[in-house]
Amino acid sequence: MLSVSALHCERDERVLFTGLAFTIAAGEVWQVQGQNGSGKTTLLRVLCGLNHDYSGGIFWQGDTITRQAENFRAGVFYLGHSPAINKALTPLQNLRWFCAVSGFADDTAITAALAEQGLRGYGEVPCHHLSAGQQRRVSLARLALSPALLWILDEPFTALDRHGVAALERQIAAKAHAGGSVLLTTHHPLQLDCEVKRIDLDARARQQALSA
Amino acid sequence: MSRHSVGVLGSLRATFMRELLIIWRSPGDMVNPLMFFVIAVSLFPLGGDPSPAYLSGIAAGVVWVTALLAVMLSMESLFRGDYEDGSLEQLLLSPQPLYFHLLAKVAGHWLLTGLPLVLLSPLLAMMLALPEQAYAPLMLGLLLGTPTLNLIGAIGMALTVGLGRSGLLLAVLVLPLSIPVLVFGTGMVQTALAGLPFTGLAALLGALLALALSLAPLAIGAALRISVN
Repeated sequence: MLSVSALHCERDERVLFTGLAFTIAAGEVWQVQGQNGSGKTTLLRVLCGLNHDYSGGIFWQGDTITRQAENFRAGVFYLGHSPAINKALTPLQNLRWFCAVSGFADDTAITAALAEQGLRGYGEVPCHHLSAGQQRRVSLARLALSPALLWILDEPFTALDRHGVAALERQIAAKAHAGGSVLLTTHHPLQLDCEVKRIDLDARARQQALSA
Repeated sequence: MSRHSVGVLGSLRATFMRELLIIWRSPGDMVNPLMFFVIAVSLFPLGGDPSPAYLSGIAAGVVWVTALLAVMLSMESLFRGDYEDGSLEQLLLSPQPLYFHLLAKVAGHWLLTGLPLVLLSPLLAMMLALPEQAYAPLMLGLLLGTPTLNLIGAIGMALTVGLGRSGLLLAVLVLPLSIPVLVFGTGMVQTALAGLPFTGLAALLGALLALALSLAPLAIGAALRISVN
């Protein structure tokens, strides 16, 4: 689905990762590990096309992402640190816009996705009246709506309670079983009923330091 | 209602309506530039000579310069919120044509911040003793000019949105680019006052608007990609 070869990225004259190569196939869950500042978020932003300061190849369905730009953008869902939720708007309005820029309208699915996140009845409440965790859940409701094949999730468990974490883990596993793929970073110990492949940026940095 | 495709037009309408809603929900963004426009213009008779002969001479320039500054003031809210809450990333990553989404966004912004300036301008012109035959060219000029200023301002805003407070830098980047609009806009009023036809200058303003409509979204898009990087 997404493959990467000889990916190299440096920031402020510090090499974050170099010679990175892996292939995410359908049905796989990948976790990027590393301490704070090791470049996890940068890697994820490079892979979804937000950050262009890299060298190396990123391929979507076997073709470069610049040539496949439209398919690539339609096929990838990115959840960043910021929730992408406008606080002046209601969850319904926020999610309607998300659906519209993804190319469809479906109020039934939006209501269902909100209910699934435990936000039944909050659809018409402006988001600044919601708690941080509830805003996070509005943001996560997009997962159920997105038609994307690959989810790229940066610290998706932030601000979630225990039930929320368990529900999201089930959702990630379900995505993999349904033939989708997930690439995520988290410091939370994952408990998924499917295999998790790992990219350890710390270990790679140590190897480079030894070989240098 | 089940899942159905909305196409490009539907998604553009969603972006346009979202922009209207966001400004509508934070009335300060809409009212502040308008208040600035009214107050700044009304300071001129107080600070200078209140005689109609003097005021009618400077009226066109005062209304146009103040409108220009009010537009710049209103630009601050265009991308700031979307940048901070991450919606901008989602827009850049969506498979939709960015060009048209940016046009829809600026159009929504202009409708609630630029158009009120145009509608209010005859009232201020009256306060500055501008002769009646100059109202039409003033309003027409602003109607063609404020969207152009919005589009130019959006380029500067897109470049500076990642820098926190961008006030002065935005002015330095954008004001030189707005000079042609200002010159042709005030020129329209002066030619009308001299009893000459002003359609030529109106056509020039229209041409500037067409140029901005076709090229500015490309620049805004490129600037946003740099800012988000």
